[in-house]
Parts: sequence; structure tokens; C-alpha cells
Amino acid sequence: MELKDTRSGFGAGLTELGRTNKEVVALCADLTGSLKMNDFQDENPERFFQIGIAEANMIGIAAGMTIGGKIPFTGTFANFSTARVYDQIRQGVAYSNKNVKICASHAGLTLGEDGATHQTLEDIGMMKMLPHMVVINPCDYNQTKAATIAIADYVGPVYLRFGRPKVPNFTPADQKFEIGKALHLKKGDDVTILATGHLVWESLEAEKTLNKEGISADVINIHTIKPLDNDAIIESVKRTKCVVTAEEHMLNGGLGDSIAQLLSRKLPTPIEMVGMNDMFGESGPPMKLMEKYGIDRNAIVDSAKKVIARK
Amino acid sequence: MLNIAELKDTVVQVRRDILRMVHANSSGHPGGSLGCAEYFTALYFNIMNHNTNFSMNAKNEDVFLLSNGHISPVFYSVLARSGYFNIEELSTFRKINSRLQGHPTTHEGLEGIRMASGSLGQGLSNAIGVALTKKLNNDNSLVYSLHGDGELQEGQVWEALMYAAGNNVDNIISTIDYNQKQIDGSLDDVLPIGDLKAKLESFGWLVLEEKEGNNIEAIINTLQAAKKLSGSGKPIVIIMHTEMGNGVDFMMGTHKWHGSAPNDEQLSDALSQNPVTLGDY
Repeated sequence: MELKDTRSGFGAGLTELGRTNKEVVALCADLTGSLKMNDFQDENPERFFQIGIAEANMIGIAAGMTIGGKIPFTGTFANFSTARVYDQIRQGVAYSNKNVKICASHAGLTLGEDGATHQTLEDIGMMKMLPHMVVINPCDYNQTKAATIAIADYVGPVYLRFGRPKVPNFTPADQKFEIGKALHLKKGDDVTILATGHLVWESLEAEKTLNKEGISADVINIHTIKPLDNDAIIESVKRTKCVVTAEEHMLNGGLGDSIAQLLSRKLPTPIEMVGMNDMFGESGPPMKLMEKYGIDRNAIVDSAKKVIARK
Repeated sequence: MLNIAELKDTVVQVRRDILRMVHANSSGHPGGSLGCAEYFTALYFNIMNHNTNFSMNAKNEDVFLLSNGHISPVFYSVLARSGYFNIEELSTFRKINSRLQGHPTTHEGLEGIRMASGSLGQGLSNAIGVALTKKLNNDNSLVYSLHGDGELQEGQVWEALMYAAGNNVDNIISTIDYNQKQIDGSLDDVLPIGDLKAKLESFGWLVLEEKEGNNIEAIINTLQAAKKLSGSGKPIVIIMHTEMGNGVDFMMGTHKWHGSAPNDEQLSDALSQNPVTLGDY
């Protein structure tokens, strides 16, 4: 399996947009290389804006640039794309309903060695709470590239979250990205696994382990956390009658929280959640951290067995 | 275009609108609104090339953004009086189901508003964004913005000041409402901003100072001078000295009317100092 970072998928998508959509502009707060925005910058110097280490100003400028028809893509780490600029996004982008694409790299624990100051695990929650905001967390390079290209055609604020490490690139390169349309990856009847971002691959690995033990899992890639694909989730849960959610994010406010809210209203069902349980991370190799904090394939397998027992 | 007498009549009517709007709700910000009545009237009735048949994208027309959104009464009054929407709608200010929210917003589709504001310190960044897009679109129109002086205590303003000068954003004319007062008292009491002109110049802006910000002829002359300086490679800022509560004797010389509305008696006194000119809404 080819390993590629999702941030490079963003960079490749942005480069393609630079060639195909003249209204797209890119803004970066001194992390051009980390966000893989160099090719866009080289090919479109007049449409690339180096803002410096001033993220609040970047979001404000991006919001203003929509007046006159530009489609701004802002790029910085997830922490500086959300928590640092929440009020600027709330007033200038979400409430003002501006066509800004907030593109956030190095999200979650897998940022690794830089440690907890940079390991944003609250961003999905913050962003999904904002009216008008679409929240997308693709799972691999190909999907991140496709999502980057797709959001340029959607009119309205979008938060696009991706990561730093190289991870399996397993989705088809030609797969079209549809905002809000979950992707059914494995068909099973005993448990529904709803995963987002890097945890989609872990869920597929967990499915293999469960399968060997005679448990068949339905695996769905929830790349769009808002709007949620309610129909796909309900259809699966009606069959399996139990759910595991998996995400590289706080349990408070994340995907599991959205799923619990949906199911408690429409179809009360036992749920187990894999994610960060109200803690900060620490420095370390990405995959070791995921193991230590219980956000990996083993945790998904354990949670599946646990939730099946609760049916 | 209105002559000076007509502009002055408009200013008086705008003051009446402001006073009546905040009185009707017992809430709103009359002080700063009154202090900027001449600036807004100059901008919308003399200086800006703008189209009251509103289009969000503002192609080939000047754009104004209000950063200190709490002075919405003066903004709404001037937008209505210049034809963006019916003046009768001013009576809905701050009421439920109104497009005239306490702080301006695009959310309710009010013509003339292009960005929500109220949380301070953000408007200069927004204005720079509009200015950059105008350059990309080869649109030679200008971008105007207004900021409170207390608002300069927000750090984002200085990020934006640094960016605009460093990137030659020379199609922007920002104005600072320098009334030296904020909610808790005088600027110097709350947090001194020091030598503002020197600070702005050291950040690389062309700085004009208008000592008579409540004199409509003076402010027109200064805005025209600013227009002439546009396109020279540097952003332009006007330090506009104003009197908070201008035009109402008991509201002047104090910060107390920053965010307080007059009662019935005070309204009647204030209106008697500003007799009807164009007609009340």
C-alpha cells in the first residue's frame, strides 16, 4: 500500500484548482511548505498571499476577498485555523456567510513530536457548531485532493481538515467527492463502524480482524461531519443495531457526538466511541501516540465487541 | 450631488434618526454615531462612487466597511437616506424580526451591508481583502473603512496595518474616529494609545489628520485629499478628531452616551436642538 500524507493531497488539489479556476486565491500564514502550497504559489504568484504569522488578519482578509468574487483558500495548522481565529471565523466567515475555505493541516494527535500545543483535537467541534459551516475530514491523499477540488464549486464557508503523517492511500484516484455523501466501504450486519479521517483506514483493518473472529462489520467513511449523511447512517444502523464511532478528535464535540445526537433522536442505539477522552496529547511518534491514547484499530475491535454485547 | 447646505441638512436629519432609533429601543450607541454623522454623510453623498442598487460584489464601485459596528444607527440612517432601503425601515432598528440588527450584518440581507461587524478589530483586515480583490479584478475603485480609536487596542488591527503597508495596498482609505473615549472612560484612562500619528507613520501608512471631523466641508476636503493620494504605493489613514455625541449639548464632552439611550425628556431636548430638515421616518 502506497503511503502518502493528506496535506500533500490538499496541495495537489490546490495546484489543480490554480490551473482550472481563476477565481481561486490562496492565503498562507508562514507555513507554505508545511501545507504543500508551494506549487500553487509558483504557478500563480499573483493569486498567492503570504500573510505572515498573523492568522486573525488572514481570516479577515480572506473574508473580504470574497467581495468581488474570489474564492479564498486559507492554509495553516488546524490549531491556528480554528481556536486562534474562532471569533474572526464566527463573525466574518460563518455569520457573514462568506465563500471562504479554511484548510487546516496537522490536525490531531498524529502531528506527533510537536506535542499538545499543536495537537488540535477540538477543531471539528468548534467548527461544526458554527451555522453555515461545512466540516470535512477526508481519510487519505486521494480523497483530500478530491475534496479540495470539490469545495471550490460549493458556495459557502467550508472547514477542510487533514493531517501531517504519511498514511495508506487507498481510495480510488478517480473517486468523485460529494460533500455530505458518506461512502460505504464494507458491508456487514453485526456492527456499524462510522469513521472519519485517519481512522477510516484503521476501521478497515479492524474489520479484517473482526471478520476473522466471525463478526461482520459495516464500515462507512464519514468524510463530511456536517452536514451528516443521516440516511446512510440510519440505513446501516437499522440492520446492525449497534455503532462504533472512530475519530482523531475529542469525544466531546466530535463525530461520535454528532452520531449520538442523530441516533438518540431518530433511532436510539448502543454506541461506543473511539477518540480522545477529555485529555491533552503529548510528544511522540504519531502511531505510538494513537496506540497509547486508544485511537486505533485495536480500540475499534474492542469497542465493536463491547457494543455488540450491549445489543 | 448635494451642495453644502443640503449636506448640512442631511447631517441634522441623520442626527434625528440616530436619536429616535436608540430612544425607541432604549438601547444602542448614540455617542459615536452622532460623532460620525458628518463623515458618513460626506462619504455617501459626496465622496464615494457607489450604487444603491445593491450588489454584494461591488464591481467597479467604491466599498465602505464599518469596523466599529456598534455605531450602526448612523450607518443605517445614511444607507436609508441615500436610497439603499426605505427610511421607514429605520423604525425596526433592534426590534425582533428586523434587518437592522444591533450590529450590522449581511445575515438579514440588508442592502448596503457587506460584512458583519461588532466584535472589534476585524474590519481593517476585511477592507484589505476587498482592496486586494479589486486589484486582482483590475477594478480601480477604492475601499473605505471606519474604525473606533478604542478599537485600536485590539492586536489584529496592527497585524492588518503591517500587512497593508508591507504589500502596497494603496487603494484603501481608512479613517479612525478619534474621539478619545471608550465605554469605561477616556482612552488615556483605559489604555493609552500614545502618539497615534507617529505609530501609524512608523507602520508605513500615509497619515492625514483632520482636526475638524464634525465640519462637513473640512472632512470632504480631507477625504478628497486622501483620494488623490491613493495609488501611490502606500495605504492611507485619516485620524479624524470628532466629538462623541456631537450636535446634542448634553451628550458632548463625556463618554456616558457611548452606549446609553436618551429618555423621553432627553430625546425631546436633543431633537429641539436638531429641527427637522428632510423629514422624519
